Amino acid sequence: MGKTIAEKIFDSHRVDNPFGDIHVIRLDAVFCHEITTPVAINDLVSRGMDRVFDPKKIKAVIDHVTPAKDSKTALQGKILRDWARRHDIIDFFDIGKNGVCHAIFPEKGFVRPGYTIIMGDSHTCTHGAFGAFAAGVGTTDLEVGILKGVCAFHYPKSIKVVVDGELPKGVFAKDVILAIIGRLGVNGATNKVIEFEGSVVDSMSMEARMTLCNMAIEAGGTCGICAPDMTTVDYLWDFIKDDYKDKDSALADFRTYTADADAEYDQVIRMNAAELSPMVTFGYKPDQVKPVKDMEGTAVHQVYIGSCTNGRLEDLRIAAEILKGKTISPELRAIVSPATPDIFKKALDEGIIKIFMDAGFCVTNPTCGACLGMSNGVLAEGEVCASTTNRNFNGRMGKGGMVHLMSPATAAETAVAGVIKNSSMYKG
Amino acid sequence: MKQFNGKVLFLDRSDINTDEIIPARYLTEISKEALKPYLLEDLELQGFDVKKDIEPAQVVISRANFGCGSSREHAPWAFEVNDINLVIGESFARIFKQNMFNCGMMAVELAPETIDEIFSTFKGKETTLETDLASGTFTLSSGSVKKEIPFSISGFDRALVEAEGWVGYADKHY
Repeated sequence: MGKTIAEKIFDSHRVDNPFGDIHVIRLDAVFCHEITTPVAINDLVSRGMDRVFDPKKIKAVIDHVTPAKDSKTALQGKILRDWARRHDIIDFFDIGKNGVCHAIFPEKGFVRPGYTIIMGDSHTCTHGAFGAFAAGVGTTDLEVGILKGVCAFHYPKSIKVVVDGELPKGVFAKDVILAIIGRLGVNGATNKVIEFEGSVVDSMSMEARMTLCNMAIEAGGTCGICAPDMTTVDYLWDFIKDDYKDKDSALADFRTYTADADAEYDQVIRMNAAELSPMVTFGYKPDQVKPVKDMEGTAVHQVYIGSCTNGRLEDLRIAAEILKGKTISPELRAIVSPATPDIFKKALDEGIIKIFMDAGFCVTNPTCGACLGMSNGVLAEGEVCASTTNRNFNGRMGKGGMVHLMSPATAAETAVAGVIKNSSMYKG
Repeated sequence: MKQFNGKVLFLDRSDINTDEIIPARYLTEISKEALKPYLLEDLELQGFDVKKDIEPAQVVISRANFGCGSSREHAPWAFEVNDINLVIGESFARIFKQNMFNCGMMAVELAPETIDEIFSTFKGKETTLETDLASGTFTLSSGSVKKEIPFSISGFDRALVEAEGWVGYADKHY
């Protein structure tokens, strides 16, 4: 019987199979941030086990609340910083060099096809875009990962989602994944990996694939995953060029982590890209999605463009294309947070930041803050945010606030219109 | 090993997420105990009074996809520091369920029709639950009404409960 991508990764990383379908796998990387790691650090210290399995395989960043907003968040940063220093964790990204974890770690070349990665953050599934098995875990799994370099999972079952055809202009990866979540439901992929394929995925950039995989968790999925191809090789080439004689040999190596033709899936979903349109969420669950046209005219108080879902350069370029020469509606305020310093610098060089500022956007440093209502754009009670983030739970961006998830194109057009509106890029 | 007996809090809704269990604004805490006053603070549910209903409870019974959303282990911790070590539901989000057992707590799944029956028999009444882990039986009682419900957890989950969590287990085995 053939194997899925996740099965191949598990089979090459198994350390133990202690019970039934529980497999303990060796980890290639453990990612850490300042919200979920400090408790693990403190617990290791109190147990007299303040060690790390391999400082080179641990990557850490302060990203959720940065710069610190108060003494408590300053202490969280300090605990992570002191720990990174004490254990010679070289890849620690402190204030000034820090970005949203699921944007900065891939950007630094830390994610490779076939890797196994955990992080104490549910959107770790993002890194499956590279053909890796990457899963969000809690602090205890993280703690054991830091100490032992292993993690236990159920042997992965996969759902295959095939998106074929060509996306209409103005329809983006965010719209595709919202449509998929709408179809699967918020627990349709629980305990499963979602393998994305089809001509639409093949033609997507790594940025777009990350957007797709990022929201696998919103359908309950353990990881989203895309087979590695030449797009993956091109993205990683600067980091791997000394390891391979040319790109073709890198690709041949990476292709180890593609699914077999006779792999077995729990479920196969086929979607015709031509039938997709810009999507937006309407309730408090990410599977409550509608075409944007059905929500047009909904009043908005704040527009937010950023996050691990849609804060990458490609996203900012799309939004800037719409905002160029325009100003945001006086009915709302708008915030953009480039997801990493590198993205920020490139956006400056390309004149994108100026376009945002001329339009009336507040440009913040890279941070997760607003997405989960911790800082840099928290909503007041009764306010509505048009957001490129990933969760519309009740109160997510601030107690009593409402979030409508959408693509950067729809968010930018909404900022100009003052109400939810389909982007001018979409001619449907 | 932790205790899995006591008064039941019924949360009659599916998809109760970790932002509702413990809002992100409290994730700046670095001790589990500090989370105690904030458990379920943002949960809006008819008949649920956050100020009165948490203190007496030791067991939660809910519906499907409990604990969805963020990976924050602050959710199980917020239950743990309120002496709630057992959540029973139709299904759980993967990370939440793993986090519960990783802390030596239990998230136990029962069939939807069993959950329906529990809600229709006991919801709104003062109910206690006793867990017999060895035989895999929950005994629910309210006044003269008593119901025995069989349950099962995996061998791995049982090992985690016995080891009082994944750190203890992993340190011994790996």
